[in-house]
Amino acid sequence: MLAAILSLTILGAVLGTVLGFANRFFQVEGNPLVEEIEALMPGSNCGQCGFPGCAGAAAAIAAGQASPACCPPGGRSLAVTIAQRLGVSVDLGGADDPGPLVAEIDESICIGCTRCIRACPTDAILGGPKQIHNVMRDSCSGCAQCIDQCPTEAMVMQPLPVTLQQWFWPKPALRG
Amino acid sequence: MGILDRFLRTARFSGGVHPDDHKRPAADAPLRVMPPPARLYVPLVQHIGSPARAVVAVGDHVRKGQRIGEPQGAVSAAIHAPTSGRVIAIGDIVAPHPSGLPVRGITIESDGRDEWCELEACDDPFALDPAEIGRRVARAGVVGLGGAAFPSAVKLSGGLGARVELLIINASECEPFLSCDDRLMRDRAAEAVDGIAIMLHATGAREARIGIEDNKPEAIAVMRAAVAGHARIRVEVIPTRYPMGSEKHLILVLTGREVPAEGRPSDIGVVVHNVGTAVAVRNAVRFGRPLVSRLVTVNGACVREPGNVEVPIGTLAGEVLAFCGGLRVDHGGPARLLLGGPMTGMQVPTLEVPVIKGTGGILVLDAAEVGEGDGGPCIRCGDCMRACPVGLLPLEIAARVRVGEVDKAAGFGLADCIACGCCAYVCPSRIPLVQYFHHAKGELAARTRGTQRNETIRTLTRAKAERLEREERDKAEALARRAAASLAAAAAAKQSAPVTEKVAEDANEESGVCA
Repeated sequence: MLAAILSLTILGAVLGTVLGFANRFFQVEGNPLVEEIEALMPGSNCGQCGFPGCAGAAAAIAAGQASPACCPPGGRSLAVTIAQRLGVSVDLGGADDPGPLVAEIDESICIGCTRCIRACPTDAILGGPKQIHNVMRDSCSGCAQCIDQCPTEAMVMQPLPVTLQQWFWPKPALRG
Repeated sequence: MGILDRFLRTARFSGGVHPDDHKRPAADAPLRVMPPPARLYVPLVQHIGSPARAVVAVGDHVRKGQRIGEPQGAVSAAIHAPTSGRVIAIGDIVAPHPSGLPVRGITIESDGRDEWCELEACDDPFALDPAEIGRRVARAGVVGLGGAAFPSAVKLSGGLGARVELLIINASECEPFLSCDDRLMRDRAAEAVDGIAIMLHATGAREARIGIEDNKPEAIAVMRAAVAGHARIRVEVIPTRYPMGSEKHLILVLTGREVPAEGRPSDIGVVVHNVGTAVAVRNAVRFGRPLVSRLVTVNGACVREPGNVEVPIGTLAGEVLAFCGGLRVDHGGPARLLLGGPMTGMQVPTLEVPVIKGTGGILVLDAAEVGEGDGGPCIRCGDCMRACPVGLLPLEIAARVRVGEVDKAAGFGLADCIACGCCAYVCPSRIPLVQYFHHAKGELAARTRGTQRNETIRTLTRAKAERLEREERDKAEALARRAAASLAAAAAAKQSAPVTEKVAEDANEESGVCA
């Protein structure tokens, strides 16, 4: 009995020490580029890019497996920033890009269950139990995590309406 | 003005163009005052800055000059009822803008009486504190009437920070077709000079110079007569060349000094106001009268009776045209509708847009005036480069924008482009250069907005994650404390000793955490 306890204790201590040293000396450093890209991303881990969260997407972009434009909530500006950082060109998808999408609540169906509020990673939804909820557009990241939470299908993703302050002239059409 | 002086002034100005000015006969037609129409559509944003907030409700009766929109933020302007009547709607109206997008506005149904509300007059504006003049001008909702519509009070009361030495009055009116400033000076010279004297007092500048292009001899004569009694106000005749009315060029020609790139006139101790603004400031300070109407040039080959009209703010462009005899349908009919001048004005899709504080003209041009034709590719002749009054390379910038490289376009000085349109005017290939620049500026602004948005969202995401973590921790702590408290209570009960105090203390702490 004593021999078993002693041998296992010694074995544990020795292996633990070995593992401890290994952890220190054979540590694989994370790609700093991945961290940098991850810091640029929205961080809501919505998964719309098809990767496991923003960290996964950042790794894929750094490895060249994903386009810098793969993040719908980040939109064109994020794509351009990342492309500049990586020194690659990015296809922004032309003029039919609807721009960033934000969640919108159909107030006539909302029952005030607060499920969407709990799901929202940016606290962009305002409301209380049995009160009609509302989305603050400026804070909505467009991650769409609230959409499936709604029991009455009152939530939809809508393109941000263009306002007078944001409108600008389209690029002149090329002439033959 | 001597020949040498004229030569020197012209030499200071590189670039620019001499378009056919089309100012007459509209400039020579007598000024007409348009009565308020049945309905007025008053947008809540008619200026640079944040929109005003409506302070009336549907059904309210308003009197002319009553404040119906409250300014919000540091750069904003109040909105007033242009006539007396009833508010019948507060909501979206078509903006006087090329996009045709809606803007929030107040619709007023006129009661036909056009009666003013009570106004706060002032007999001696020169006894007022400069800051008080600024406040009165702000209360009257006066904005720059030259076109940019920047709130005048901000520029008047030193809101830009720097000390002002020289006040320049922009009466050059270099845009073709427009003559509202010319007409204003001819008919209201004394009022304009009085306004300029008030502005001098408010800004604390040493002198004022009124820059008038030499194609307006009548205005120069009456303005010279009007400033005769004022030692600190001078009329300066400047050569006619577009874009003389651009703030930076007017300063260069009048003082020989250049406003730094991406800088403001106040950086070199100068402030520039339009001559129409001077009259608005006078009305605001002397009579407490807010800005509820303005002079508008109605011109173009398709207008039956071109001329200058004083129009209540919020009148639809179509009604102003009807007041001017309607449209001619001979020689091909209207080809283009513009608000403002043909060089910097806005092409609007419909006549159902209201006149706002910054609307200097309503032009209906025919096909010959528009002069649109087949264009071609850039032949790199360099005409645009010679015409550019700010010394940019329009062909290079446009080439970058065309292939979507707006960052590189910015590197060629896009931010300094004043969108005067000289380059597009001279281009033999008729390339819509200005539209390229507008697009690139808009794209850059959109990217900046996107980056800011992403930053906000990152901050919010982090804040929520931290909050959840904190709540979790607090809950665990409260649970542990409660467990400890109940243990202690159990122990105390065993000993049957009085320990209520300790338990009460714990309970207090706990409730503190929960709250």
